[in-house]
Amino acid sequence: MSDKRRYERPVVLKQQTGFMNKFGSGPLTHPKSEIDGIPVSELAERFGTPLFVISERRIRENQRRATRVFSTRYPAVRFAWSYKTNYLNAVCSVFHQEGSWAEVVSGFEYEKARRLGVKGEHIIFNGPSKTKDDIRRAIKEGAAIHIDHFDELYDVFEISREEDRTARVAIRVNCDTGVYPKWDRFGFNFENDEAKQALRRIMTSDRLNPVGLHTHIGTYMMTTDSYKTATDKLVELAAWLKTEYGHTLEYIDIGGGFPSNNTLNGQYLPAEQIVPSIEEYANAISTALLSLPYAKDELPVLILETGRALIDDAASLITTILALKRLSDGRRALIIDAGVNILITRFWYKHKITPAQPGGVMTENTAIYGPLCMNIDCIAENIVLPVMKKGDRLVIDYVGAYDMTQWMQFITLRPNIVMVMEDGSVELIRESENIEYLLENERIPEKLRSFSL
Amino acid sequence: MKIFEVPGYAAISETGFIFLGNTGETFNLNEIGKEIYELIKKKKPYDEIVSEIMNNYDSDQLTVERDLDDFINQLKSFGLVTEK
Ligand SMILES: Cc1ncc(COP(=O)(O)O)c(C=O)c1O
Repeated sequence: MSDKRRYERPVVLKQQTGFMNKFGSGPLTHPKSEIDGIPVSELAERFGTPLFVISERRIRENQRRATRVFSTRYPAVRFAWSYKTNYLNAVCSVFHQEGSWAEVVSGFEYEKARRLGVKGEHIIFNGPSKTKDDIRRAIKEGAAIHIDHFDELYDVFEISREEDRTARVAIRVNCDTGVYPKWDRFGFNFENDEAKQALRRIMTSDRLNPVGLHTHIGTYMMTTDSYKTATDKLVELAAWLKTEYGHTLEYIDIGGGFPSNNTLNGQYLPAEQIVPSIEEYANAISTALLSLPYAKDELPVLILETGRALIDDAASLITTILALKRLSDGRRALIIDAGVNILITRFWYKHKITPAQPGGVMTENTAIYGPLCMNIDCIAENIVLPVMKKGDRLVIDYVGAYDMTQWMQFITLRPNIVMVMEDGSVELIRESENIEYLLENERIPEKLRSFSL
Repeated sequence: MKIFEVPGYAAISETGFIFLGNTGETFNLNEIGKEIYELIKKKKPYDEIVSEIMNNYDSDQLTVERDLDDFINQLKSFGLVTEK
């Protein structure tokens, strides 16, 4: 060991008048050097970076907490895992082990759930674009078809007759929840009675069994009132079905939409400080639901399709600093190996970004760019970071929702995803792509196969 | 050999705080930044600064030179050094 001091890049910072002198106040950011007890450096060396790391423990904790919060307020609760939020097999399986059904919005997602071993009767089939084949399969396998529009309703009607089977159906309802812009493009509208009209049509068919009502009022909804309003409206429809037809429902599905801990672009305060707790959402929904004029033993199951709030904070993205630059205004810029093609939620969020190694006391305003040769590839416009150097690592937190499904193969290949298991082992759950994976589906026309340059 | 000069109106404190007497602007240096700034003030040539840093800190010549160049550029842009 030499007695030399730890090297840090020399830094000079101009003090802004009116700003506190940050120098000497100790490190502002505590490094995030471990994920679920596994050193970030070890994960990075073993699996390369960028690297998505998912915590099995955190998913289970999130799901158990949400189940507890709702079950202590309403007697019958069932979660259905929103596949599009994150449909990695390992992730879905953790949710299914925790008792969640599958909520799917395409034939592909449906097949994914079936291959994992989810029975049709435990699948909720949402979405505006089901094909006739999708519908036929769902009817045969007893999945609940959540009808989005009249054309679909008539398809279900026709196919159930062809198959001579009863289809389990619900309608998706959209309504004014006081939140703008209004989400009225999915489902049947409540206020103009379109929803009742659809239910009347269903009630006149002996092939369609209306088992539930569904709504999904939006995503990252910041007010609990909008859930109360939406639930009230579904309760009104359910009560109407009972008085008008003597029909009771198996379930009422309130969809997803609770916010995660991510801070939205343009939001000043961190999400942790302003987002309502899951208890507050549960209070709003269960209070409204309990006013349903059903006998106690008839109360419908409350289904929740919560996505981002259950998975966002269970995943992090480890990334390595490829280079340091100076912008023309003298500002520090970093180039990292993770771009917006794998961090699509960058377009909604100011992510939480933390160095993986201890830094000095000095901090710099820093811009972070991804590796893509594209102007849009900006991961953070201006964040305060300790003095970083090439090869240092950053951990980007709360990347569990939508990033690993909406990510794109663009310029770079998509990286490894690992899961830190409850016992501390680390499993590769999706291998990084290689060029063969990519070229597999390409075809070159014969006449284009040779050239000389 | 490049030699830089610290202007007479730049006052540096023990903690790495610089006050520019001509404009009233203030700056902070981290520990290594302060050491380098003091070496510049003593009119040490570039190469000597590099070897001094390498003697005291755990780093290699390439890194030290790359960071020193950037640091001096920043000092120059703030008017904290001039090149002779
Ligand atoms: C029908 C439906 N259910 C559930 C979800 C999950 O939403 P979130 O991730 O906001 O909870 C979505 C996503 O938009 C959806 O469209």
